[in-house]
Amino acid sequence: MNFWLELVIKLVAVLLTVLTGALVVIYAELKAGSHMQSRIGPYNAGGRWGWAQPLADGLKFLQKEDLAPAEADRAVYGFAPYVVMMSTIAVFVVIPFGPDLWAADLDLGAYFLLAISSISVLGILMAGWASANKYSLVGGLRAAAQLIAYELPLVLAVVAVVIQAGTMSLNGIVEAQADTWFTIGTFEVSAPFLVRGQVIGFVIFMIAAVAELSRIPFDMPIAESELTMGYLTEYSGIRFTMFFLGEYASMIALSAIAATLFLGGYALPGIPDSLANFAGPGVLLGKVAILIFFFIWIRWTWPRLREDQLQRLAWHWLIPLALVNIAVISIFKVAF
Amino acid sequence: MSKQIAFPFPGLFKGMWVTLKTMFKKAPVTMYPKEQEIPVPRARGVISLDVDNCTVCMLCARECPDWCIYIEGHKEMQPSAKPGGKPRARATLDRFDIDYSLCMYCGICVEVCPFDALYWSPEYEYSEHDVSNLLHNKGKLTEWLATVPDAPSLESR
Repeated sequence: MNFWLELVIKLVAVLLTVLTGALVVIYAELKAGSHMQSRIGPYNAGGRWGWAQPLADGLKFLQKEDLAPAEADRAVYGFAPYVVMMSTIAVFVVIPFGPDLWAADLDLGAYFLLAISSISVLGILMAGWASANKYSLVGGLRAAAQLIAYELPLVLAVVAVVIQAGTMSLNGIVEAQADTWFTIGTFEVSAPFLVRGQVIGFVIFMIAAVAELSRIPFDMPIAESELTMGYLTEYSGIRFTMFFLGEYASMIALSAIAATLFLGGYALPGIPDSLANFAGPGVLLGKVAILIFFFIWIRWTWPRLREDQLQRLAWHWLIPLALVNIAVISIFKVAF
Repeated sequence: MSKQIAFPFPGLFKGMWVTLKTMFKKAPVTMYPKEQEIPVPRARGVISLDVDNCTVCMLCARECPDWCIYIEGHKEMQPSAKPGGKPRARATLDRFDIDYSLCMYCGICVEVCPFDALYWSPEYEYSEHDVSNLLHNKGKLTEWLATVPDAPSLESR
């Protein structure tokens, strides 16, 4: 097939999947969150159960005027949402949805993931700085401090997985989890890394992921009680929509990464290899859905941490724990 | 070094259990325009006026914290009850308006009325598009009187 045609088809497919997925996650958040608060949430949009609420919200946002403050640095201000969105969507390049269903199988897949997802910090800092607003600036700097602090435990948790799998390719990591772990008689047992001693790594990864997403309990960058909306304060219209969709798309992205690294990705014990290409996306999306429900659940339950508590949690607890985790995993890897 | 974070786990998971339970319960929601909420019988929805009981004493207007009651009246000379008696002056109510855009539903007017001219009614559907329509005049306040529930029967001693 023509290279460019293939590229366009892949692009459209990824964009459609990611954006539809983001809308579904937004709807799930609205619905689950409201039921957790004894409300019923969106109800009238679209006829039944308010299924069209995210679409209606999106249309409303698109109609809004695209405002920019007079003092704003227009070019940077306008470009920031797309940087955040791009870094989120680029994550899906290396996520394998099946043995042959991936956009690119990089040898350094895990490295690419971490590198590309930390570009969103740049976008957030750009947004905060260019808005010429004190809330935006403080929010942007808080976001930068937070994302840098939690990038470390995230990376260290991934390093432990990479050591255990012996490869950085995400496909390789999934295959390492699908392979036989041990045999009972002739029955071959395979299990995801979560069961094979990565419990601490998984917990660290999930905590760091929530912080990376700037969601409650780690949403100080947009803490509305003190910072209005943080770096999003001045944004409206389509640029705000970009940030908003990007936030939910990165929820999917981080859940997909966690599912791939710790929960076995597209592989599920019991599904034969011949079916893996068909069942793979469903299995992966199921795991992603469970993790996303977890994100939504803690968001509507837990209170927000204070800025110093957040930093202390990262530097005093998560990073040392992640280092110990790496040491233990390496010892087991070498010893057995 | 300030205080360390206390070991947080029991509380966090208790909270998660609460939200999970709540999620699977039916939300106590009344879809208002479609479904009517039934207020308790003696709910404080709107204040109604019994014109016959009012003596234009102005106590309610003076006690009202929001000054949302407007009363005007005049004296009328009444012939005496017995022949040859002195004609009596009687206060007559001309205007009795309550501005519900100012009213805070404290019920002090109902409390202070010495002749039981004001009553609470449980009706609550009187929202308006124009705020000036919330000024209910004597006639409208009298109409609300029909919705006032009967007084509870006196306790037997």
